[in-house]
Amino acid sequence: MSQRRIIDSQEYLRRLRDAAEAIGRRVSFMEVCGTHTVNAFRCGLHSLMPSNVRLLSGPGCPVCVTSQGDIDMMIELARRGDVTICTYGDMLRVTGSGGNLEEARGQGAEVRVVYSSLEAVRLAAAEPDRKVVFTGVGFETTTPPTAAAVLEAEARNLKNFSVLVSHKRIMPAMRALLDSGQVRVDGFLCPGHVSAIIGYAAFAPVVRRYDLPCVIAGFEDLQIAAGLARLAEMVRDRRPTLENLYPQAVTRWGNRRAQNLIRRVFRSADATWRGLGAIPGSGLSLRGRFARFDAQQVFGLSAPNSPEPPGCRCGEVITGRVEPSECKLFGTACTPVRPMGPCMVSSEGTCQAWFKYHRPQGSLPAVTGVEVRA
Amino acid sequence: MSSQSLQSAAVARLDALRHIVLAHGGGGQLTDELIGRMVLPRLGNDVLNDLLDASCVDLATSRAALTIDGYVVQPLTFPGGDIGRLAISGTVNDLAVSGAEPVAIALGLILAEGLDRKVLEKVLDSIAATAREAGVRVVTGDTKVVGRGQADGMYITTAGVGAVPAGRRLHMDQIRPGDAVLISGPIADHGLTVMLARQMPDVQSVLRSDVAPLNGMIRRMLDRTGGVVFMRDPTRGGLASVAADIAQRTGLHVLLDEPRIPIRPETRHAAEMLGLDPLEVANEGKVLVVVRPDAAEAALAALREDPLGREAMIIGRIEDVRDGLCELQTVIGGRRILQKPYGEQLPRIC
Repeated sequence: MSQRRIIDSQEYLRRLRDAAEAIGRRVSFMEVCGTHTVNAFRCGLHSLMPSNVRLLSGPGCPVCVTSQGDIDMMIELARRGDVTICTYGDMLRVTGSGGNLEEARGQGAEVRVVYSSLEAVRLAAAEPDRKVVFTGVGFETTTPPTAAAVLEAEARNLKNFSVLVSHKRIMPAMRALLDSGQVRVDGFLCPGHVSAIIGYAAFAPVVRRYDLPCVIAGFEDLQIAAGLARLAEMVRDRRPTLENLYPQAVTRWGNRRAQNLIRRVFRSADATWRGLGAIPGSGLSLRGRFARFDAQQVFGLSAPNSPEPPGCRCGEVITGRVEPSECKLFGTACTPVRPMGPCMVSSEGTCQAWFKYHRPQGSLPAVTGVEVRA
Repeated sequence: MSSQSLQSAAVARLDALRHIVLAHGGGGQLTDELIGRMVLPRLGNDVLNDLLDASCVDLATSRAALTIDGYVVQPLTFPGGDIGRLAISGTVNDLAVSGAEPVAIALGLILAEGLDRKVLEKVLDSIAATAREAGVRVVTGDTKVVGRGQADGMYITTAGVGAVPAGRRLHMDQIRPGDAVLISGPIADHGLTVMLARQMPDVQSVLRSDVAPLNGMIRRMLDRTGGVVFMRDPTRGGLASVAADIAQRTGLHVLLDEPRIPIRPETRHAAEMLGLDPLEVANEGKVLVVVRPDAAEAALAALREDPLGREAMIIGRIEDVRDGLCELQTVIGGRRILQKPYGEQLPRIC
């Protein structure tokens, strides 16, 4: 671990403290990326924050915002004897109204964890007697691979491959969050991965229309600290702008090839978000030409209007309205071993990160450092 | 044709079998052939060669340590090792971290019908080489064959007996505030290597499993210093699991210093790619040592003399706070709780 990194992070934290002191009131910044959520906790950033600065986790974890109805459709499909579900691992334990994919697998359903959408296409080609359904979940980062899978299935003329699409777009959600008036934030730590695809210019309207600073940051402790320092300084100076602190990966207009891939295969559609409800234009559906790869059409499914688990406050957690510990289920009925809500299932969910890494401030033993020579 | 030549013709036919068949576990000629031609040439010794139902070993001590472990890793072979090396190392290390000197190993093989003979030979070679490396003998064993498609090709169970020198007692109840926590080298290599091999076989990676028998390194350290109070090999659940367990069971506070915890850059990258915390990932060739503060430097020096411990570090200490928690002091000076991981590690989706 380089000494340089430690010195730099101390410098960013000092700037954050200075700016926070000058602001003199409580400020909240929101990140909208699960990786930011987890890494901020992993590096102990919350224990170093000035007392008047809060870092909220917004709707940035794709598992956490997937609606109960979408999850129920996945489970319903998995329970059909002729279907093999291919899913990214995080979806396994998300519980719908009746069980989750892991339980369905235990009862004999064919559920496979894949690391790439093309694995699902290969599986469909190798097992023509099975109907292979890929669960397309995630934001702009995971959408291009799903598009590529659909194009590959078309090129191979596969009749037994389809996608259950619950992909979402981050910008409409951020706008809905701000328009709802239920969330008060003073700035956004914008997601590095999503920005690499959509380009940082996409966040300009947030600055323009809502007068809020936006900083695109990478995922290391140092980069997150730098992002927060800049946000606080912009609030202090009352000069909200859009800054890209992750130029290694993020350009103004993003990855055009990936964007074209998305546009070629998907069109925008309304989508239901857990905690946010239906947001016009915030989702994606397959274009008509690819209808035969749309699992909802192939199997005649429609997302049931499934109620969320009683008492679960994941929706308020991902909109930054409550902290996980304010939920009655948190840490008692709902733990990573037996999750009730999606924020506890996903390794990038706010509740799991809280449960694993967080402890209330003030109860820490004095920081003495580990004095050893080595 | 004489009955003798009939028999040798049968053996020749059996010899020509390229795959394991159910009859290899039937207790008849084919079983004999498997033991006689494949196992004994590799693992044989004056005790095993007698093929008795139970073997006797001399312990030269009044206290024996006994351990058993099952190995079901997939794939059977991975960069840096295979299921055979894993089975010997795992059992040897369980004995060694208990303060015992490994003496003898019992080997149970469960083979699936259809297993390629070459794969079995390779695993047996690896068992032999690792046992030699650890200076321990396989003294008894058992072989079963199950139907095609069962047992993922091969499962191995190894039980081990070790001799505990008189007066040596390593136990968590010996841990006191102020004790230092050491790790013998970079963490998380095994778990990530296997996970990459299993989930992303197409990915070219420089990662290698750390699987190795540690009894030689541990013996040197124990000979050199009397201050070691507790050891454990952080296998499943990783360093986080062992450290959290120590905190929980002693009721003391374990503080680890993140910048001192050795992790190879390539391992860190693989963990990031799979969305895993290296602290929670399995090791198969590392030992965590709790040692009295005045003996920490001597223990560290002894570990570093061994090729397997060259990158050993003092990574933390036991604090005099009775909260039963383990905490990590992070690179940027923050603090966070370390807990035992929960069950299966789920890879992230973006």
